[in-house]
Amino acid sequence: MSKEIHFKIKRQDGPNATAYWEEFKMPYSSGHNVVSSLMYLREHPVNIHGKKVRPVVWESNCMEEVCGACSMLINNVPRQACAALIDELEQPIVLEPLSKFPLIRDLMVDRSKMFNALLKVKAWVPMDGSWDIHRHAPLISSGKQSIRYLFSRCMTCGCCMEACPQFRIDSKFIGPATLGQVDLHNSHPTGEYAKDDRLHAIMGDGGITDCGNAQNCIQVCPKDIPLTDAIARLGRQTTAQWFRDMFVR
Amino acid sequence: MATKPRVIVIGGGLGGLWATMRVVERGFHVDLFSLFPVKRSHSCCAQGGINAVLDVKGQNDSIWHHIVDTIKGGDYLANQPPIKNLCEQAPGVIRTYDRMGVTFSRTPEGIMDQRLFGGVKNRRTAFAGATTGQQLLYSSDEQVRSHEANGMVTKYECWDFLSLVLDNQGICRGVTAMDLSNMQVRAFRADAVIVATGGLALIYGRSTMSTNSTGAPAARVYQQGAKFANGEFIQFHPTGMPGHDKNRLMSEACRGEGGRIWVPRKEGDTRDPLEIPEDERFYFLEEWYPAYGNTVPRDVASRAICRVVRHMGLGLGGKDLVYLDLTHLPREFLETRLGGILDMYRTFFGEDPCERPMQIFPATHYSMGGLWVNYEKDEQTGGMARIHPKNHATSIPGLYAAGECDFAYHGANRLGANSLLSASFSGQIAGDAAVAYVKGLAKGNGELPESAYEAERERQEQINQAIISSNSGENPFALHRELGDLMREDVFVERSNEGLDKALDGIGKLKERARRISLDDTGNWANQSLSWARQVQDMIVLAEVIAKGARLRDECRGSHYKAEFELKIPEGKFEGDPEYEEYKAKWKANNEKWLKHTIATHSKDGPQIEYKPVDLSVLPPEKPRDYR
Repeated sequence: MSKEIHFKIKRQDGPNATAYWEEFKMPYSSGHNVVSSLMYLREHPVNIHGKKVRPVVWESNCMEEVCGACSMLINNVPRQACAALIDELEQPIVLEPLSKFPLIRDLMVDRSKMFNALLKVKAWVPMDGSWDIHRHAPLISSGKQSIRYLFSRCMTCGCCMEACPQFRIDSKFIGPATLGQVDLHNSHPTGEYAKDDRLHAIMGDGGITDCGNAQNCIQVCPKDIPLTDAIARLGRQTTAQWFRDMFVR
Repeated sequence: MATKPRVIVIGGGLGGLWATMRVVERGFHVDLFSLFPVKRSHSCCAQGGINAVLDVKGQNDSIWHHIVDTIKGGDYLANQPPIKNLCEQAPGVIRTYDRMGVTFSRTPEGIMDQRLFGGVKNRRTAFAGATTGQQLLYSSDEQVRSHEANGMVTKYECWDFLSLVLDNQGICRGVTAMDLSNMQVRAFRADAVIVATGGLALIYGRSTMSTNSTGAPAARVYQQGAKFANGEFIQFHPTGMPGHDKNRLMSEACRGEGGRIWVPRKEGDTRDPLEIPEDERFYFLEEWYPAYGNTVPRDVASRAICRVVRHMGLGLGGKDLVYLDLTHLPREFLETRLGGILDMYRTFFGEDPCERPMQIFPATHYSMGGLWVNYEKDEQTGGMARIHPKNHATSIPGLYAAGECDFAYHGANRLGANSLLSASFSGQIAGDAAVAYVKGLAKGNGELPESAYEAERERQEQINQAIISSNSGENPFALHRELGDLMREDVFVERSNEGLDKALDGIGKLKERARRISLDDTGNWANQSLSWARQVQDMIVLAEVIAKGARLRDECRGSHYKAEFELKIPEGKFEGDPEYEEYKAKWKANNEKWLKHTIATHSKDGPQIEYKPVDLSVLPPEKPRDYR
């Protein structure tokens, strides 16, 4: 067991600055993950040349892989940094920001593109209002709930977008996670009312036809969401919708 | 110069999102501020479930039961009329979540399932696997996004709320906030502000909370005049998984679904747990509390664990650890009901809870105390008036507080699965109250001159500049670490006046050093060190409020415990026995003295403490809590 933890971190001071690499070494202790290590480093921001530098900037919040904040490339794999245990990583541990989103600084990127996609596909169940109407939504079977539950865990973390070859920083593709959310809301008894709207939203530019079936998304999803199942379902449904549209128009 | 009324909501967790929905539904625009995209709020960490009396388990559960459980669970310290509304409207909250599409776990019939939780005898906790908070938060986030699509909500994500803009009568007229990308401070007009910024456990360093749950916004409005109540009542969740960076929560649902807490009977027993036979295991909660067993309320469980480990020396390997055992339950059952947290334990600890007992210890988890908030009592119903500008109003006119950052509902100890309920419910109440207030306002925000906003904005810029240009040498990250160590040492599950005096002294020194913070990053782009430095200064302010309240309260109530003031329940004696009646008389006498709210008001010399009576009109305290 090495007595130190060695990091190689790709840094950049701002969107228009030049990227550069910086290396750090810190004392080993079992149980560290990448975020807890970055926390140590920000308190002791001295690089391997003994130079004091500005602390590395990154996003994190929950520390238990349920919020989606700490997405980054760790040894080339997009994943949540809080769940990346040092003991399981080959050293030097290479940290890079997600490459498919505009860089803000160091390991922090701007992922608002994903939230804009959720707006575009109306990823919500239409509800009259949050006041009580004294009745529940229609019953949902346990089997159906189990599948919907899987998709309801999507953290909008961006790992699937990073891994997807069709999702690029300059492309319109809404990406795997967004498609998963379309499927989730289309499968709810009232969500279904807006099914046509959502299908149309993914039938245009940047929609489902941009998916090239690489299946990288399910390899990296931290929540093991069956995205490709959803994409297959939506593929069939959008084809059927296209036919229906031909007759209605 | 009349302008259209605007409401600002600070914090986009369940409390903030429900407040936003309600304000928008009443026709007013919301500016919603958050440190990060709102769906990353700490609400997503809640695991076990949300309480409401649906009575779908054939147990003849009733709303009255829920009210009584909540009041008693809180050791009678909460104002009771709002609790009545909370429990009465809980089923409506759940129905709304159902309509939002929350993926609640279902029974074979397709009905929303409910499970057992701590401190209660009836199954009234609805859940979505073991990740309920995540699903509730995401559905609420989706609804607010639909309002964003209609232009009724403007989000300011990755902004740090800094202060309120108060007019010369002390009325809240807006806020200042810092853009966390370019570190610039801006002022925003509003007719009402709702603060829903969650908990403050980062004051304890390691806790179950997210790293942004520092309580800084509450500290900021407290320093501007909002009173803070019952700060000393911090919940220590009995089953936390100790770690470097965080004590990850193992939900109370583990115990609700049949998990058993135990230690080897023999001190220093080093055998593998799977080798220890049943009769050599000390299932101490089951032995000491036969009626509730492993599902005693959290404060009772945490104290029991500390007693077994620190006073009886039975911790695993001599360390601060006990077993939480699920191995006797079928794997499929566990994966369905507790899947998310089993994954978490497997990921971060490397063992499978279906095969081997988990190792846990109490962890700082929730703040029952918070910003003092008012309510309007409805004399007819005995509860809170449904819509009234006094509901959830802080002591600053125009400022409301909802969710964990307020002090309402939970008294001295919170029952499990009541927080997801109170956060959602209080957000709705605060939203309605803020709208009622705005409608009744004589002067709109457009009447306060720009110079007032500019003055506050400038003041905040200068605070930033002072920190950036300082080279006094105190490292904000180190200061935070020391603060956490201090709080976990002397303001934890078991407290003493000696320890609290030491804590207050230590906090005083940290306060002094925090004035001399300087940064390793003095840039003006995405400078996390700057915003963290300010949060540390604010955390120290609330640490002093917590420790001072604890020091002055010489009794044991709920989560606040001082051995020297313990009133012990006589062993083996119950109602009717003379020893028990004597205990009850002492308990009542203590209530005469201490059943009151701690109210802290900020001053240059530290928190000024006074006390306010508790509204006990729904269930006067006749019976002490007894979970045996």
